[in-house]
Amino acid sequence: MKPAQFDYVRPQSAAEAVRALAESDDCKVLAGGQSLVPLMNFRLAQPPLLVDINRLTELAGITEVDGALRIGAMTRTRRLETSALVTERIPVLAAAAHWVGHVQIRNRGTVGGSIAHGDPSAELPAMCVLLDAEMILVSSGGTRAVSAGDFFEGFLTTVVEPDELLTEVHIPIPAAGAVWGFSEYAQRAGDFALAGVGCVVDRHAGTAGLVAFGPSERPMRCPSAEEILRVDGLSLDRVSDVADAATADVVAATEAVDAEAVHRVATVRAMARKAVEQAVRMTGEQR
Amino acid sequence: MSSETAVSVRCTVNGEVVQRIVEARMLLSDFLRHELGLTGTHVGCEHGVCGACTVIVDGSSIRACLMFAAQVDDAEIETIESLAKDGALSPLQQAFHDQHGLQCGFCTPGILMSMTACLREPAPDREKLLETLGGHICRCTGYVGIKRAVDQVLDGADSVDRSTVEGAS
Ligand SMILES: Cc1cc2nc3c(=O)[nH]c(=O)nc-3n(C[C@H](O)[C@H](O)[C@H](O)COP(=O)(O)OP(=O)(O)OC[C@H]3O[C@@H](n4cnc5c(N)ncnc54)[C@H](O)[C@@H]3O)c2cc1C
Ligand code: FES
Ligand code: FES
Repeated sequence: MKPAQFDYVRPQSAAEAVRALAESDDCKVLAGGQSLVPLMNFRLAQPPLLVDINRLTELAGITEVDGALRIGAMTRTRRLETSALVTERIPVLAAAAHWVGHVQIRNRGTVGGSIAHGDPSAELPAMCVLLDAEMILVSSGGTRAVSAGDFFEGFLTTVVEPDELLTEVHIPIPAAGAVWGFSEYAQRAGDFALAGVGCVVDRHAGTAGLVAFGPSERPMRCPSAEEILRVDGLSLDRVSDVADAATADVVAATEAVDAEAVHRVATVRAMARKAVEQAVRMTGEQR
Repeated sequence: MSSETAVSVRCTVNGEVVQRIVEARMLLSDFLRHELGLTGTHVGCEHGVCGACTVIVDGSSIRACLMFAAQVDDAEIETIESLAKDGALSPLQQAFHDQHGLQCGFCTPGILMSMTACLREPAPDREKLLETLGGHICRCTGYVGIKRAVDQVLDGADSVDRSTVEGAS
């Protein structure tokens, strides 16, 4: 189908974009368009005004500042996936980016767009929650930073107000010796995940993070799985326990009432096993 | 800065500069097909899933059904019509021809454009080309001939003897 009619502006700077958002009470930001344009083609979204931020090169790029990566909202997913800096500093993030849709989608889709869209099965929001990212939101009223734990509110719902522009994401770099794992299952290659799990464990500092995405309406940390990883450390003997704990965390937080939900939860267990095994192998433990 | 429903677009398509006034809501796929008559770019699903509309914009393979024509102002676009030079198929096209990489041909222009972009990247290999193929749906071939075409184009052979291929007549 074809989108309904709309007005179109193409600001040349972030300041101009923010002004355009402030002036209209019914507009949408157009980033990569890989989620918004399908919705418009189906006429599920009919925004009267699109603010196209593709000319804002100031919002594209990845830099390392004070132990964190600053990733501009207009950084294409493909760039995130192939960036040497990301691969070296936060390899789990580059690995997760590889699972976003197909290469043709990643060539166009953006980091900011995926995060602002907030799909519960999306990889990048899950990585933000896993890595304690901070989102920078700018409006004519000022700038605020929102932590990932507060940012995602529910199914396709985030704290981004209609007049706010997501400009940057700050992601703390895990310690150099930290190990990680990422695994997801989708019914066809390139589809959104049925469920996925990512983890980062820093054995020296005694910290562990594990995120599950797919079954719940937003990506969720799994505290009891993290507790096992933190206290008992990583070992192949405990992989099943971690996976069971992650599953229990997800069950406690969701209402898995229908078959699909149950399937998603079961998939979390399988993906947690794979992700944690991957992290264990990184420590050198073999069997 | 004022908003507009009609937008002026000036871009390069297959090496030629074109300029048009378009409705903001016109998809790039419709711009290519209806405004420029380049009907080799096919439209299947119009939501980014099938890959039939894939073209190359500024060097990257993208879905033409998920971009507006207004957005390609200043851009360089390549479509399937650019691949054959003076009637001579590109090595990739030739490989598809030789290896039965297509039957009805609906999916083919998109696949060829994705793979053309992929082959220009440093060190293209089978894995990368097959990953690219993952972004396309073909209802006819079962992908078997397409994969043989990938092998042919990577091996650099102009054509492979099809009599050795099982089932070929
Ligand atoms: C076939 C297909 C498969 C896909 N598979 C996956 C997948 O497996 N995993 C996955 O995660 N995604 C997948 N996607 C979606 C893709 O990753 C999108 O790129 C992403 O969800 C949105 O990013 P975008 O830049 O395209 O944003 P857009 O589509 O332009 O925008 C999405 C939403 O975010 C808002 N927005 C965008 N940028 C900003 C900003 N800077 N500030 C404020 N608001 C903003 C827009 O207004 C809109 O509401 C798929 C898409 C397709 C078509
Ligand atoms: S028509 Fe564009 S992907 Fe199907
Ligand atoms: S050849 Fe018919 S869809 Fe691919």
